[in-house]
Amino acid sequence: MSFLKLSAVSKAFGANVVVKSFDLSVRKGEFVSFLGPSGCGKTTVLRMVSGFERPTSGAIEIGGRDVTHLPANQRQIGMVFQSYALFPNMSVFGNVAFGLKIAGASKPEIASRVKEMLDLIQLGHLADRYPYQLSGGQQQRVALARALAARPQVLLLDEPLSALDAKIRVSLRDDIRAIQRELNITTIFVTHDQEEALTISDRVVVMNGGIAEQCDTPHEIYNRPTTRFVAGFVGKLNNIPAIVVDPDAGTVRVESDVVTLEPRAVAGRKAGDPIVLALRPEAVSMGTRSGDVVLEAKVQEVYFLGSVIRLKVAAAGVSLSLDIFNRADAPPPDVGSTTHVSFSSHAVIVLDS
Amino acid sequence: MKKPFPWLSTLIVVLAALYFLVPLYATFQFSLQMKRGEWSLAAYESVFSSDVFLSTLAYSAVASLAAIVVGAALVAPTAYWVRLRLPKLRPVVEFVSLLPLIIPPVVLVFGHIRMFGSSSILPLTTTDGGTNFLLVSGYVVLSLPYMYRAVDNGMASIDIVTLTEAAESLGASRARTIMEVILPNVRSSIISGAFLTFSISLGEFVLASLLNRPAFGPYLVQIGQDRAYEPAALAVMTFALTWACMGLMQYFATRKPGQRVFPRLTLALSRNEAR
Repeated sequence: MSFLKLSAVSKAFGANVVVKSFDLSVRKGEFVSFLGPSGCGKTTVLRMVSGFERPTSGAIEIGGRDVTHLPANQRQIGMVFQSYALFPNMSVFGNVAFGLKIAGASKPEIASRVKEMLDLIQLGHLADRYPYQLSGGQQQRVALARALAARPQVLLLDEPLSALDAKIRVSLRDDIRAIQRELNITTIFVTHDQEEALTISDRVVVMNGGIAEQCDTPHEIYNRPTTRFVAGFVGKLNNIPAIVVDPDAGTVRVESDVVTLEPRAVAGRKAGDPIVLALRPEAVSMGTRSGDVVLEAKVQEVYFLGSVIRLKVAAAGVSLSLDIFNRADAPPPDVGSTTHVSFSSHAVIVLDS
Repeated sequence: MKKPFPWLSTLIVVLAALYFLVPLYATFQFSLQMKRGEWSLAAYESVFSSDVFLSTLAYSAVASLAAIVVGAALVAPTAYWVRLRLPKLRPVVEFVSLLPLIIPPVVLVFGHIRMFGSSSILPLTTTDGGTNFLLVSGYVVLSLPYMYRAVDNGMASIDIVTLTEAAESLGASRARTIMEVILPNVRSSIISGAFLTFSISLGEFVLASLLNRPAFGPYLVQIGQDRAYEPAALAVMTFALTWACMGLMQYFATRKPGQRVFPRLTLALSRNEAR
């Protein structure tokens, strides 16, 4: 049963429609990320859930209550902003206590809840500090504690990690997920960082041009993208142009070679249809043994990434990227050398040309 | 490599300082020469012993404080609302706030007298209370460029929109957001604007004189026509007051949240705790 429900929600600013008939059902305690490029409408959807923007049409329900026309301060939401938005005139304690004061909690209740929240984010010793005395990561932890203190029904996170440096971003990301699980709070997380979205979420909504292109688990989004946009936006993708030869047999032609795929991969297509065979870099291997499709290749570039070496090779008339593990006893191939690359036909994602 | 001493810039600074300080020093020295052949504070004693001085100063101080309260009550919510909801109107509001610098006070006061004179529907100039009200409203207008700019700059230094949204997401009403989040964060700017308003209104002459109010500005002019040493003493005191206002403004503008107005008496406290 859905706890947060958006039904055919649209938003237009003048003639510019930024969100088009957006539907989403989020279960209680689920962590859903909105992922997409700038201007795709993800923040607008979040702001409509929070009540800072009013939908042009459609309805929003939280916990079975229609909140479409409720102002933000009556929705019982907790929100964390990219810029932290801590109140500069209040100490850490004052910031976390603010929502509880507004809710009319008693002083002992406020003190106990603030302590609980600060312990949760491991900043109990900084209760008397002011925001300008904290680092970015500490400020965002306080913002999270403040958003959670008044026990909101839904937690909304608007790119909360974007302003932090890489190391703190990863550590805070893990903390957010752990806290969200511990409190079992329904959470919407907006990000343009696919690694963040894939790592932290129960489900990811990939948005583009104001619509939800795909809404699924990170595993499905990455391995079975349903649209070309999702396939290209999430992760790196090799695109090999091909022509359908026999859809019933699942055969396609790549340059002069005929490759056999699973028939269902090309189901619904006709012989002669141009298609694209999309492959993740990790699905392509060096040598001839790792898959049933083997192509001749010439090494163009070698990128040393530490534990992984990324190769760029010319094969099937296009440039392909593939990742191999770095092994001290096996140096990477030389640039300009010829080799073979192979992949399993099961790993191929068939897209429209 | 050692940098050469900046002779030219030092010379410019010294000349500029002399330009301001020499007349001030001359005025101060002159104010001490009331008694022949000796330096004394007689001119200051004479000023302080005058009932008119004290009554006009008190009158102007009260009028200035009223102007501060009214000005802040008008400007702070306006600047907040313009930044929050009407950002496109900001250039217009800024232009309007600058008009008092362009339009001379004499135009304003004649407008007041014409609009609220004895023959108007609202004859405010016929009563003391009404005229005082006009004087205060005039002071509010005169100080508008300074008050608006100070408050608007204060609001620019914090993210008004996000702070408002953060407060509302925590359940706060708009009024509570303004009182507990926005105003405390622009308090130093409002105080800066208040000190500027005070220093402008305290010695203001045109409005007070044409509205026939017993204010400090007309008193300064009057005593300048009748006496020799007392005006010099008054000028020095007015300078000192203005500088004190500027000093306080600077102090409040640079104070961070959580900093005490006065340092905590750690020694005395720790002794008490020891007992």
